[in-house]
Amino acid sequence: MGRSETSDRRNRWLWIALAAPGAIWLIILFVVPFYVMLAVAGGGVNEFYQTVVPIWNPIHWSSFNFTAVWHDIVGTGSFIGPPALRTLLYTVIATALSLAISYPVAFFVARYAGRRKTLFLVLLIAPFWVSYMMRMLAWIDLLQQNGFFNSALSFVGLPGSTDWLGGKSVTVILGLVYGYIPYVILVLYAFLDRIDPSLLEASRDLGLSKWRTFWHVTIPLSKPALIAGTFITALPMLGDYFTNQLLSGAPGTTMIGNAIEGQLDSPGQTGQGAVLALMLLVVLLIPMLYYVISTARASREMA
Amino acid sequence: MASTVEKQVSGASRAEPQARRGRIRGNPWRRPWAMEGFTWLYIIWSIVPIGIAVLFSFNKGASQATWQGFSTKWYVGSQVTSVLHNPSLHHAVIQTLILGALTTLICVPIGVGFAIGIDRWRARTANGLNFVMIFSFVIPELLLAVALFLLVTQALTFIKLGTTAEVAGLVVWNLSWPAIIVRARLVSIGRSYEEAAADLGASRMGAIRRVLLPMLMPAIFASAVLVFASTVDDFVIVEQLSSTANTQPMSVLIYSNVHGGLSGPALNALATIMLAISLIAALIGFVAYRWLTRGERTGDGTEALTGIAGI
Repeated sequence: MGRSETSDRRNRWLWIALAAPGAIWLIILFVVPFYVMLAVAGGGVNEFYQTVVPIWNPIHWSSFNFTAVWHDIVGTGSFIGPPALRTLLYTVIATALSLAISYPVAFFVARYAGRRKTLFLVLLIAPFWVSYMMRMLAWIDLLQQNGFFNSALSFVGLPGSTDWLGGKSVTVILGLVYGYIPYVILVLYAFLDRIDPSLLEASRDLGLSKWRTFWHVTIPLSKPALIAGTFITALPMLGDYFTNQLLSGAPGTTMIGNAIEGQLDSPGQTGQGAVLALMLLVVLLIPMLYYVISTARASREMA
Repeated sequence: MASTVEKQVSGASRAEPQARRGRIRGNPWRRPWAMEGFTWLYIIWSIVPIGIAVLFSFNKGASQATWQGFSTKWYVGSQVTSVLHNPSLHHAVIQTLILGALTTLICVPIGVGFAIGIDRWRARTANGLNFVMIFSFVIPELLLAVALFLLVTQALTFIKLGTTAEVAGLVVWNLSWPAIIVRARLVSIGRSYEEAAADLGASRMGAIRRVLLPMLMPAIFASAVLVFASTVDDFVIVEQLSSTANTQPMSVLIYSNVHGGLSGPALNALATIMLAISLIAALIGFVAYRWLTRGERTGDGTEALTGIAGI
């Protein structure tokens, strides 16, 4: 250990040179862009051309865009409040549904699949390689008014003429679940597969019933899996705008991502789009930091 | 041994009714039928709709909802709307492949270098950079895409919206794949092989090139496949950073045509081509991963499967 540390110090420039291209790329295209976002948010608008005038010096940042967004949120014509609340609601429901579906599936494959584990893994990983766009397109086909889903509904005697793609929250939430669930399952599987089965067997041997074993042993052991699964779905869902655009496109289901995108593209309002994006970033900062720190700690423990 | 435990448990259960109930109710080695049935339902739900979408790309008519017979006109037949003959569909396929190739070629080498450098260069700066890298992994893609859009339109205006901006953005968005996967592998390899090489007279660079890199190969390959596939699938960054129709890859073209425009099974054909590209990449990755880890294999293919899926 001691020796490799001194040799590390001697070779310091080699390590810096190896890390440099990636580090520079990250700084110029990940750190700097967020400063530009701040400069645009704190900047003004050219009244004549309706273009953005970024202000680079923080001392001169104006509150122009912030006040405008504040009026959009609480003012009489508030159009940011409802999508923000809706985003939260959709994300909570879709994340809970994703976890509820994924957990038994991942648990079964990790613990009981036995010799057929490879087969199950292939089937679980397959959707991971299918693009998001394809998965949404599949449901756009099925949910057409004269599509297979409505035909199946009328076949079993239910009303089969619903316009599922005409702005239904149910469709958007199920779309979100369908879009993100392959990632949740893989993450849960990776964690659950590492749980030592002898712990569960010991609990049974010591006389705990199946359900009490599940509640007192399995669930506490799967806590890191459930936390990781929650992050892996909730974070991208909060910034999602395309699922709802593809499966509904109606104003009644817009999410905060649509508001950001819409503002960004309208002339004179780019700055307000930047403010909204910054606000979402600030809200997400705490969960993201928690996730990053716990990941960093886990990798340090591994080392 | 198991029977002794059984006996002890049943001995205990006479004294404690609650434990007894537990023992009688369940044979822990029974097959969990309900869970297995649920798993199959999930698998059907996750795969059948995609199969149907692939099927509709071969539809004879223009409907995406009713089957009107088999044809390949949406791929090659039709002079107007087939992927082969329609210039915008055709162009989108090429643009996707260009973006996938360029991003993978840039992202993987710098990501691998970053992983090795950060792992060995033990300094506060290295920890800080690692922190930034993991942050780029968890941030919602829309936020990064908006920030990049503002960067190239307001600050670094010499990077034009289009292929250059798309590749620059895709590289930073995917950098965490090689960085995280290769670093995990580095940690599990440890230092002893390199030190042995150094004891036997290898230079630092020589030890990295001839000892470390071959051992990292499975991880490098897995991350290359992941970067390529996630570039092919990417939508948010390329949508914000593409400029004209010429720089729109398949995902953006599908998105912007779903409600009107070039709708119909041509879009399904495009999505099917996207699917085929990803599956070919996954298959190559799987075979290569198996081959590269042939010396350390445990028997089944699960390790390679999870390896190329990044878990």
